[in-house]
Amino acid sequence: MDKVLSVSVGEIALKGLNRRYFEDKLISQIKRCLYNMPFQKVYKEQGKIYIEASEDNFKQIIDRVKKVFGIVYISPCIRVEKNIEELKKAVVEIMKYKTDGNSIKTFKVETNRVDKKFPIKSPEVSRQMGAVILKNIENLKVDVNNPDIHVFIDIKEYIYVYTDRIKGYGGLPIGTNGKGLLLLSGGIDSPVAGFLMAKRGVEISAIHFHSYPFTSERAEEKVKTLAKILSLYTGKIKMYSVNILDIQKEINKNCPEDQMTILSRRFMMRIAEKVAIDNEIDALITGESLGQVASQTIKSIYVTNASVNMPIFRPLIGLDKVQIIEIAKDIETYETSILPYDDCCTLFLPKHPVTKPKLEDIEKSELNLDVEGLVNHALETMTVYEAQ
Amino acid sequence: MEIYLDNCSTTRPREEVIDVMIDALKNDFGNPSSLHRLGLNSEKKIETSRQKIADFLKVSPEEIYFTSGATESNNLAIKSILNKYSRRGKHIITTSIEHPSVMNVVKNFQENGYSVTYLKIDSNGIISLDELANSIRQDTVLISIMQVNNEIGSIQPTWKVKNIIKEKKSEAILHVDGVQAFGKIPVHIKDWGIDAFSFSGHKIYGPKGIGGLYINKELKLNPVIYGGNQERGFRSGTENVPGIIGLGKAVEIMSNNFETEQNQVRNLKLYFIDRLKEIDKIRINSPYEYTSPYILNVSFEYVRGEILLHYLENKGIYVSTTSACSSKGTKKSHVLVELGLTDLQIEGAVRFCLSHEITKEDIDYTIDVLKDSVEEIRQVTMR
Repeated sequence: MDKVLSVSVGEIALKGLNRRYFEDKLISQIKRCLYNMPFQKVYKEQGKIYIEASEDNFKQIIDRVKKVFGIVYISPCIRVEKNIEELKKAVVEIMKYKTDGNSIKTFKVETNRVDKKFPIKSPEVSRQMGAVILKNIENLKVDVNNPDIHVFIDIKEYIYVYTDRIKGYGGLPIGTNGKGLLLLSGGIDSPVAGFLMAKRGVEISAIHFHSYPFTSERAEEKVKTLAKILSLYTGKIKMYSVNILDIQKEINKNCPEDQMTILSRRFMMRIAEKVAIDNEIDALITGESLGQVASQTIKSIYVTNASVNMPIFRPLIGLDKVQIIEIAKDIETYETSILPYDDCCTLFLPKHPVTKPKLEDIEKSELNLDVEGLVNHALETMTVYEAQ
Repeated sequence: MEIYLDNCSTTRPREEVIDVMIDALKNDFGNPSSLHRLGLNSEKKIETSRQKIADFLKVSPEEIYFTSGATESNNLAIKSILNKYSRRGKHIITTSIEHPSVMNVVKNFQENGYSVTYLKIDSNGIISLDELANSIRQDTVLISIMQVNNEIGSIQPTWKVKNIIKEKKSEAILHVDGVQAFGKIPVHIKDWGIDAFSFSGHKIYGPKGIGGLYINKELKLNPVIYGGNQERGFRSGTENVPGIIGLGKAVEIMSNNFETEQNQVRNLKLYFIDRLKEIDKIRINSPYEYTSPYILNVSFEYVRGEILLHYLENKGIYVSTTSACSSKGTKKSHVLVELGLTDLQIEGAVRFCLSHEITKEDIDYTIDVLKDSVEEIRQVTMR
């Protein structure tokens, strides 16, 4: 009788022929997230993935593995040989443990006989195990409609018995849906946007824009910390850091004050697109939410998009701030995002930014700037590092 | 090029200090309270340090207590004095420009029923002795005044306070936060009638995590924390032996060079001020008289102090600002507000803190970088 963790996969199961590829990706993701944890083995058996490890480490392992996308739930299991007497012992043990000091009064046994060579059929296994539980543990009743607890039995190469399903995030394993470059600021929104796209299987790289010495190194450290937290879900993140102070100065000097934000935004997109192309990344990701600030109106987004050709994903576009904060708290980026390393870049913020920019006006302003030269100059300041 | 002009925040420990501390970590690990020889060795060394400090301050060694630093010293002094003399009354006098380790302790007593007078400062950052005299009441227990202000360097006339207390026939106790004065300007504890005096190790090229408190032995105060009765029962906790040895070394070197270094730095500051005149729209916030030679606070209008700090850092020059930028506006320094500066001046304030390690060439380089940086920043902000 061993203790193992079972990992249930979600949409992967729907992916037909690709299933094997998805499962292998997932196994490598699980192994990656357990990098310095003691575990014996990760193996797959008929639709689920199993982790062999010491029971003492289950809690920590679950905490880590929960963050791997593509997992629907994780269950601590008792694993026994395919033998009905062993199964009885396992069922009694798990129920004794679950009812100890608990107000559980009703239960239901559900059996899934994957191995059709097993001589007893599923309903009969459930009936027999129900009887064993009733005989060994007092004050319990069977309730097939609304039980306090389910006892699940999976009959495969081994028999697995479990009661708990700890929810994962679902989604698709990282790397199964291409690569995206996340525009990562120090705020609340962009890490959430990165999280949501990663959940759809997108491998994340990040780009951060700063205005040192108008902004501080601590602000950049904060972004690195955010990338590090995000990497618990996404795996290693390659992060590009670009100084755009000279661009801001040029805009400030040569263009109308109220266009500062939208013009800077177009420059950021252009730089991001260049970095993406150079690194074989296929899309940009931003944390914009419609109407949140001046640069996030439909017209502003139109003008911003016109500066590049690459698709820009905005997974937060329809979310309220409250919903974004909820996710940020859940994925534990919120506390870092709200750290007060605000910087003096607010100096460049116009008092009344334009909210309905016209593309022709903006393009006209850009005639006063050496756009390509400024983009290339900014790229020369680029530094790269890895967050993990 | 690296020019460290943030010596009020902390200082680079002297080589000799580092050497004795490494030696102490290796060899003097014995607990001074242990009865064996190793303990005795450690005990002897901390008593040697205590003697050096007492000699420098011209007080007796048994009036010096080691603490974890000036924050603890200020807390310990204020709390133990107020606890001991609570029957005399519940009135405290302090200044409106104290360091948080005094200000926040006093505020806490205020929340718990004490009344507090915060003395105002004039345009030079100095309190009025008349206001002090008029503020003393029958129930005044404690007068706590910082010797040198950490942001602008103004020197308070603590040498006149004891006489005023006597004239008022008051029994008030005088505590002086001496952090930025210790080893930087002459302080005569006994002559001036200071009852308690806080100081720190890392402001005088010694280690962090060690400081001290002088207390007039006639006061006989009770401890605030209890334990194994180290420091004659007043400050329990196993002694920070390497820290104490390092502090002793720092004081020894400092006291040998006190006057030379002070004169050298005073001339440097005058030179610095003179050259700053080459930059327009500035204000020297440190007073010209009654001023620490080590501290020079300057406002550059239309320049955010924090941005200037990063420009200087980029050229290897390290300074401080006391007001910080944030998206919700500027968090203003209470000292500069008390000094009556405009918002533009408060936002643009930068503090240069000198040391004997700084040369005239360093100042020339700093001025060059300042000129360029200020001009560059103003191009954006004065648009």
